[in-house]
Amino acid sequence: MSIPSPRNDWILMAVFTAAVLAMPVWLAPIGAAYPDLLQKFAIFGIFAIGFNILFGLTGYLSFGHAAFLGVGSYAAVWSFKLLTMNVLPAVLFGTVLAGLFAVLIGFVSLRRSGIYFSILTLAFAQMSYNLAYSVLTPITNGETGLQLTLQDPRVIDNAISAPGEGLPWTELFGIKMSGYPGFYFCAVMLIIAFFISLRIFRSPFGMMLLAIKSNQTRMSYTGFNTRPYLLVAFVISGMYAGLAGSLLAVTDPLAGAERMQWTASGEVVLMTILGGVGTLVGPMLGAGIIKYFENIFSAYNDQILHGIFAALPDGIEAVVVAVTGLFVGEGWHLTLGALFMIIVIFLPGGLVEGARRIKSFFVRRSLRRHGIRTDQPVTRV
Amino acid sequence: MDAFLLQVLNGLDKGGAYALIALGLTLVFGTLGVVNFAHGALFMLGAFCAVSLQQLLTISKKIKDPSVTFFDAFKETPYMEIWFGDAGTAIISYSVPLSILLAIPVMLLVGLIMERGLIQFFYKRSHAEQILVTFGLAIVIQELIKVAFGANPIPQAAPPIFAGTAPVGHWIGLGDAVVYPWWRMIYLFFSGVVIFAVFAFLRYTTYGMVVRAGMADRETVGLLGINIQRRFTIVFGIAAVVAGLAGVMYTPILPPDYHLGMEFLVLSFVVVVVGGMGSLPGAVSAGFLLGILQSFASMNEVKNIFPGIDQIIIYLVAVVILLVLPRGLMGRKGVMES
Amino acid sequence: MTKRDSDNPQGFSRRQALKLGAVSTVAVGAPAFFTRNAWAENFRNDPGNASSVTFGFNVPQTGPYADEGADELRAYKLAVKHLNGEGDGGMLNTMTPKHLKGNGVLGKKVVYVTGDTQTKSDAARASAKRMMEKDGVIMISGGSSSGVAVAVQGLAQEMGVIFMCGLTHSNDTTGKDKKRYGFRHFFNAYMSGRALGPVLKEEYGNQRQAYHLTADYTWGWTQEESIKNTTEELGWKTTATVRTPVGAGDFSQYITPVLNSGADVLILNHYGKDMINSLTQAVQFGLRDKQVNGKNFEIIVPLFSRLMAQGAGDNIKGILGTTNWNWSLQDDASKAFVKSFGQEYGAPPSQAAQTCYVQALLYANACEMAGTFYPPEVIKALEGFKFDGMGNGPTEYRAADHQCFKDVLVVRGNENPSSQFDLLKVVKIVPRSQVEYDPKIFGGDLGPYKV
Repeated sequence: MSIPSPRNDWILMAVFTAAVLAMPVWLAPIGAAYPDLLQKFAIFGIFAIGFNILFGLTGYLSFGHAAFLGVGSYAAVWSFKLLTMNVLPAVLFGTVLAGLFAVLIGFVSLRRSGIYFSILTLAFAQMSYNLAYSVLTPITNGETGLQLTLQDPRVIDNAISAPGEGLPWTELFGIKMSGYPGFYFCAVMLIIAFFISLRIFRSPFGMMLLAIKSNQTRMSYTGFNTRPYLLVAFVISGMYAGLAGSLLAVTDPLAGAERMQWTASGEVVLMTILGGVGTLVGPMLGAGIIKYFENIFSAYNDQILHGIFAALPDGIEAVVVAVTGLFVGEGWHLTLGALFMIIVIFLPGGLVEGARRIKSFFVRRSLRRHGIRTDQPVTRV
Repeated sequence: MDAFLLQVLNGLDKGGAYALIALGLTLVFGTLGVVNFAHGALFMLGAFCAVSLQQLLTISKKIKDPSVTFFDAFKETPYMEIWFGDAGTAIISYSVPLSILLAIPVMLLVGLIMERGLIQFFYKRSHAEQILVTFGLAIVIQELIKVAFGANPIPQAAPPIFAGTAPVGHWIGLGDAVVYPWWRMIYLFFSGVVIFAVFAFLRYTTYGMVVRAGMADRETVGLLGINIQRRFTIVFGIAAVVAGLAGVMYTPILPPDYHLGMEFLVLSFVVVVVGGMGSLPGAVSAGFLLGILQSFASMNEVKNIFPGIDQIIIYLVAVVILLVLPRGLMGRKGVMES
Repeated sequence: MTKRDSDNPQGFSRRQALKLGAVSTVAVGAPAFFTRNAWAENFRNDPGNASSVTFGFNVPQTGPYADEGADELRAYKLAVKHLNGEGDGGMLNTMTPKHLKGNGVLGKKVVYVTGDTQTKSDAARASAKRMMEKDGVIMISGGSSSGVAVAVQGLAQEMGVIFMCGLTHSNDTTGKDKKRYGFRHFFNAYMSGRALGPVLKEEYGNQRQAYHLTADYTWGWTQEESIKNTTEELGWKTTATVRTPVGAGDFSQYITPVLNSGADVLILNHYGKDMINSLTQAVQFGLRDKQVNGKNFEIIVPLFSRLMAQGAGDNIKGILGTTNWNWSLQDDASKAFVKSFGQEYGAPPSQAAQTCYVQALLYANACEMAGTFYPPEVIKALEGFKFDGMGNGPTEYRAADHQCFKDVLVVRGNENPSSQFDLLKVVKIVPRSQVEYDPKIFGGDLGPYKV
């Protein structure tokens, strides 16, 4: 990355847009170019980008962001059930409702800072999860998850045309929102979300948040009330999560309580740290890697491994398959855990920091070759 | 009244377990300033010390079951029983308390290796990175346990003399209706002893005093020429031992599996924070408080008024306490607030 | 239309089409045009002319049911082997009526892909979608919980890929949430209740006070309801039904109220780890040594499995419950299956393994019957299919709700096991007629054949 300037930002935006839209092409060689995973990349990318607006800019570590994801999903599915299969109202309701929910939780939780804030958000999310799983079943359909049924009223759709025989599809003015169209819809949302995040990072508001992060006490001493700024950041980040949640429902109209569990909140924390807290593209990278492991690494089984290592001599092949088998298939968690450790040990600051180091290494080497001193640190984005 | 008393006992028992886990966690917070997400994994490792010892003691002579033809099914007789008769049987039945002897050195070693091998490099790193690396470690540990022991829980029996229930009601003159399992009484007693031992160590030994001084002001203690670092490493080992012992003793109550640590992870953090960061008495009292409130919230009389209250009570209490008392029950100002 | 066209609506291979040249491109399109409304129309992941057909096995590989999932996967691998004519054939030798030839399915070799459900609806659907979109599976099978089964079944209906449920016991799977593209071989909570009834009456009489502890989610509720109805018909009273959070770990605060409630039976509507924990703790509280109302206090676990019995250790001894199948059954089919599974893996199959193995075979057999992989035809072949020789006696896939009806086993935790696997003793094989019910009682709607 280079020094932020409007021009560089537009280049970044253009590269980002191209990269996202071309994902079906450049992800094909690693077996990730199929609609569902591409959708997940985009959706969890949005989730992580939104989380980063709060955590990266203010340093407030929320451990309950999954609650907003869940609320967004439930709102979207209810919009499909009650109103229409068109995705726009669903996305709107999901985002807005998650935002309102974030206002409530944020208002209370932001009265505390540090780990006390983290635990407050965690507590709210766990309460939401536990209730959604059990006593709120009439609204959430509990363990089974909220799904579409043939008996749903869908008042707008049914006023326009008679319901079909099977379950309807989520659609955007007639375009089915599953498969690749679903991905492109999510991709457009991701690009917009990224753009907004970029603007926030560059705005005076973003600067203000960073100032709060670096020294909140000093900010307060200047007679400055930090809480409204924090609350706005919290709500924006909650709305990103709600958007992600409603997109999950758009591409697959089901909302389950597990989406709100602490493990889901933890996942987005891990995504962000893995990619690089406070960087623009880092959280997306982290989200992509975790989802890739979850979906692709878990699918390797003995049959595939034997295929991969078929060229080796029999005895060695059996050993190699047995050893690699520990890390893929049912052992994919092990690989993920080890990856977390390796990245954070060797690349402090996450993947983006790692990439920056590699880049600066090459830059310095080439500079040194040209006899230029490299004492000055490289500017960080 | 009986029901009430029983729930108090339940609450104390639960609280004992919570307090033991939270104690180790808060020791590490307070001394090293490290957010250790692998603490639950240490609890789980302790439980698997008990499993290992049990499996070691019950290495068996296998007599093939002739009625099963397509694979090998065995009637197993532990060699301990063959060699030592009833004495062998007795030793096997005491495998859980015996594994305390195994768990202390093993967990101390695990703790020291973890601190020297990994944690020490993360003192100066952000809490976010501490979370990521220790969470990664926790996953690695639990997956290795899964490879070795499978995913199914492995039952551990309490020694036969602690089987059955203690006539608690009879002792205090409340009639025979109030009974409580012996093993749970033992666990409560045990957690009390361990908590007392840790406090006594910190309060009445010179070593502990230095550690406490270091917790309060690390730099000054360091300037006095004391190698506070080495002491903190030992403290990490002690925290691991406390977590491990809690795990060992909990196995007859909860048959352990590889995922046990994750189930206690979130809860132990809530307990620590409600108690107040960096406060040992805080962690212990929060443990007992949450345990007792959880038990009361589960009573049918309460659930009928507030459906689902038992599902959320811990978190609800956490929210209320943190809003009323900004730093939890006994937290110190400025610890982990930014 | 010839048979070949039905497998490949295009009717022509690419090479042939190129030979015909540009003029005949119209002709190339023609067969597709004619077949559009015939039964051999385009469908998702049509294997066409490929030499193999892919099955998707979606099982829990991480999380609490990982061991159960591993056993399911073993069974599936075995089923694929047998379908392809490898190994000793297992239940292919005992199944009647049988259309399978041991040369794959419809002449195509069966290959498989696997995925991890994590016992979470989201993860299970993501994994199933991967199989449908990337790996091109023609059917999906597996799972170890009702939440997952219902979620994947819904997806199967949307995508038009048949889902053969693994272990799922909730009434909802083939009741309220039943789907045209979902099939369940496993039994359900209602059947557990029906089957337990007579045995409970025989063993514990008709003057009992029951106390329910129920996992607080849909499966728990349906089981509680089913068992409660059955026991109340016997004349038992229900003292209380208490909901417990899933994954509570320590159940002591729910068990102590049982002690002095006047109840003399405790019914644990828990599964998996919840059941292992609550049973272990209930025994610790001395419930089984108790005398109430002049009777021995009893604990009942309506659904349990050998893996759970293993986790509960000595505490399960003497406890009554139901199970779908057990390896100790002595019919030819069970013996054949236990033999090939035991020889392959050195351990007997679990009930989850059996249901998964049978499901894979039944799907393949239905394709042979239908003569096509086209899902609506395969579904019709499965609906109302009556078969035997699969380990559960004469069985029928009921057309109205896609639930298999067969005998149910009432089992007891073995007091004196002869080996490490001999944990359950079959008390009674309750005939199918006693567990049957009207599909209308649970409502639901299967939905259309064509999607």
